[in-house]
Amino acid sequence: MLYFSKLRIIFITLFSLLFIAIASSNLFKFDDDFFDKKINLGLDLQGGSYLLLEIDNAPVIEQKLQNLTTTIRNYFKEQNIKINNIKIEGENIFFNVDDQSKQTIIDTFTDENSDINPYYPRFKSHQLNIEDTGLNLKVNFSKQGLITLKTSSQDQAIEIVRRRIDEVGTNEPNILKRGNNRILVELPGLDDPMRVKSLLGKTANLTFRFVTNNENDSFGVEKLKYEDGIEEATVSKRIIISGDNLLDAQPKMDTQTNQTIVSFSLDRVGAKRFGKATSTGIGKQLAIVLDGKIISAPVIRDTIASGSGQISGGFTFQTATDLALLLRSGALPAPLDIIEERTVGPDLGQDSIDAGMIALTIGFLLVIIFMFVKYKIFGLITNVTLIINLFILLGILTLFEATLTLPGIAGIILTVGMAVDANVLIFERIKEELKDEKNNIVAFDSGYIKSRTAIIDANITTLLAAIILFFMGSGPIKGFSVTLGIGIFTTLFSVYFIARLFTSLYVAKNRNKEKLI
Amino acid sequence: MIAFNKYYNHFNLISSILIFCSLILLIFKGLNFGIDFKGGTLIELRSSDSKINVSSLRDKFSQMNLGDVSVKKFGNDTDYLIKFENKDNKKNIIEEIKINLDKSFGNNFNFRRVENVGPKVSAELLRSGVIAISLSLAIMLFYIWIRFEWQFSLGAILALFHDVIVTLGVFSLFSLEINLSIIAAVLTIVGYSMNDTVVIFDRVRENLRKYSDIKIFELTNISINETLSRTIITSATTLLALLAIYLFGGEILKGFSLAMILGVIFGTYSSIYIANTVLVRLRVSQKTVLREDDQK
Repeated sequence: MLYFSKLRIIFITLFSLLFIAIASSNLFKFDDDFFDKKINLGLDLQGGSYLLLEIDNAPVIEQKLQNLTTTIRNYFKEQNIKINNIKIEGENIFFNVDDQSKQTIIDTFTDENSDINPYYPRFKSHQLNIEDTGLNLKVNFSKQGLITLKTSSQDQAIEIVRRRIDEVGTNEPNILKRGNNRILVELPGLDDPMRVKSLLGKTANLTFRFVTNNENDSFGVEKLKYEDGIEEATVSKRIIISGDNLLDAQPKMDTQTNQTIVSFSLDRVGAKRFGKATSTGIGKQLAIVLDGKIISAPVIRDTIASGSGQISGGFTFQTATDLALLLRSGALPAPLDIIEERTVGPDLGQDSIDAGMIALTIGFLLVIIFMFVKYKIFGLITNVTLIINLFILLGILTLFEATLTLPGIAGIILTVGMAVDANVLIFERIKEELKDEKNNIVAFDSGYIKSRTAIIDANITTLLAAIILFFMGSGPIKGFSVTLGIGIFTTLFSVYFIARLFTSLYVAKNRNKEKLI
Repeated sequence: MIAFNKYYNHFNLISSILIFCSLILLIFKGLNFGIDFKGGTLIELRSSDSKINVSSLRDKFSQMNLGDVSVKKFGNDTDYLIKFENKDNKKNIIEEIKINLDKSFGNNFNFRRVENVGPKVSAELLRSGVIAISLSLAIMLFYIWIRFEWQFSLGAILALFHDVIVTLGVFSLFSLEINLSIIAAVLTIVGYSMNDTVVIFDRVRENLRKYSDIKIFELTNISINETLSRTIITSATTLLALLAIYLFGGEILKGFSLAMILGVIFGTYSSIYIANTVLVRLRVSQKTVLREDDQK
């Protein structure tokens, strides 16, 4: 165990130096792209926001079912089947047909080439299930249909979320899918988390609709509140133009009224419809509705054929900027709920770094002093090894560009405390061996060999705990498991290669000395 | 040589009482779950006005209709930790609080940290925490069962349960907060306690092979003594490192390091007085380990 070939010594030295160099690169700034890897600081250290958003799919499902009732009615009308009493209850559609048509309808729904019920060959499932309850027919989304629906609304939502966040201009946001109805957003170094939260909290569903007094409007009407939450107006359900028709939106200052407004331009279809509506509707009020609330409802004075217009509504510059941003980036398919938020201010992050570094330094010093007092020269060997170990650990974290969190720093400190364990096991064993064995080299050799199983067992147990934490933990805790886990490998390497190398060199020189350890 | 085995029965009794009390506490008093597991909102504030104090802040917060609010000093004199349930999961609650505080105290507050955990997420976090701890215990059991005979496995796992239950018992007794980092600490304790037990067991097994005429009662004591200096040194260095985190690592790591410190102490104790006594009570002998060798 004590013999090292020259090649091995060179390898160990180079390896250690390499990692010391990599770890040190965190301290310097390289101008070129020679080596630009660095340890990432977690949100808890550099400040920033962690937001977990959940997509509320209920309105989407309701809307789809709503559309489906029309589709079903029209589709079977063409086949001369009359659908009666069609209604939505919960997430189901119920309807009645005469008995002889029942089977035709069920067959239409369960046909693999069905026009109204898409079939997913990959999952061997239709989008919709149909069931004869006896009283009526029941249609609802199949498990796979629901998953497809959720995935598609998640895909759309993540795109919109990304656009909105990009517009705010945070550096290096991290936007990830979680499950099939959640989106994780990590925003490092964010100045104003509340603004982002309010931007993500809005669906930004914009519609232009006529204000009407005619309760019998063929599209239906609804009563909507103004932004102030007090005034109300009756608005037709017929949508003239929607947010989808917008090409651009910008905040502007109206020089005549000295008000902040949002000016917009429409695409071709939108411009045409807007022109038609404004020419036929002169004198009428056109309500601008955002997420079910009326922003304003100006009276149409002229035909607007240019395809551009403006929204006023008592905006401040900030609210106008945000509204324009929301309109540019598009509407979310469904509302988002922020179900988890963790925001750390930059100064707390810095305080945490400082505290972590102080704790690391002091912990390190305490362990080093303790080991030196206890083992003298071998304590020194352990300590030098410990320092190299720390550099290798940091080097690996740098190489993988791992994220260092506050619990991660705790993991490093804990590694320092536990890293000496392997050396202690070896040294204590050697001491025991020296009681019966006078030859230093033989005693050291068997000390290393006999302590091996205990060291490996002991480290594997800690590693297992770290692995479980890695898979079960989230955010900062994951950072702890990473440093703890990598720390085990670097510790074993440094104990069995570096410390053993030093030990063997020392023992070879002092082979005849008594009470070596 | 210290006669650890003289006190096997005494300490078994004490441990039984400790576990019993801890279980009673856990069942009847329960744990003080933080917002990670209970849901709710946490705000860490720093005030720049020395006239602001806890009671004025507490008065202000209790007027805000937030339900059950707790306002506490956090670390130094200018930092406060505010916690409330946020039952209705109001979206703009932080903004409202900021406006309210600015109105009463002027713009003197720095929102250093805001955490908001919805009820769904907290339930999931709690579940995954429980799964993580159960899974780690199961894996440890499995590992040691592969490496040693079942008697050793039982001893180690009883020691683990002891450490986890008693540590949680202390947290319950002093109403210390259980959050995500405590779960991390408990898992690390599991690893550490196992580590410590394995080192002694490894020696017990070795001695069982070596001496056929020494009874397990004596043999465990020899093994404990042979590994004692290692046990002390490793516990000491680990505790030194943890103490550094506890004292200098900032408020956020306080609970974590405290749990770890307790765990290391209990873990060291249980390796000696629980894991080994199980071997004694199960009358482990040379046959136990020789049979294992035959199988290999």
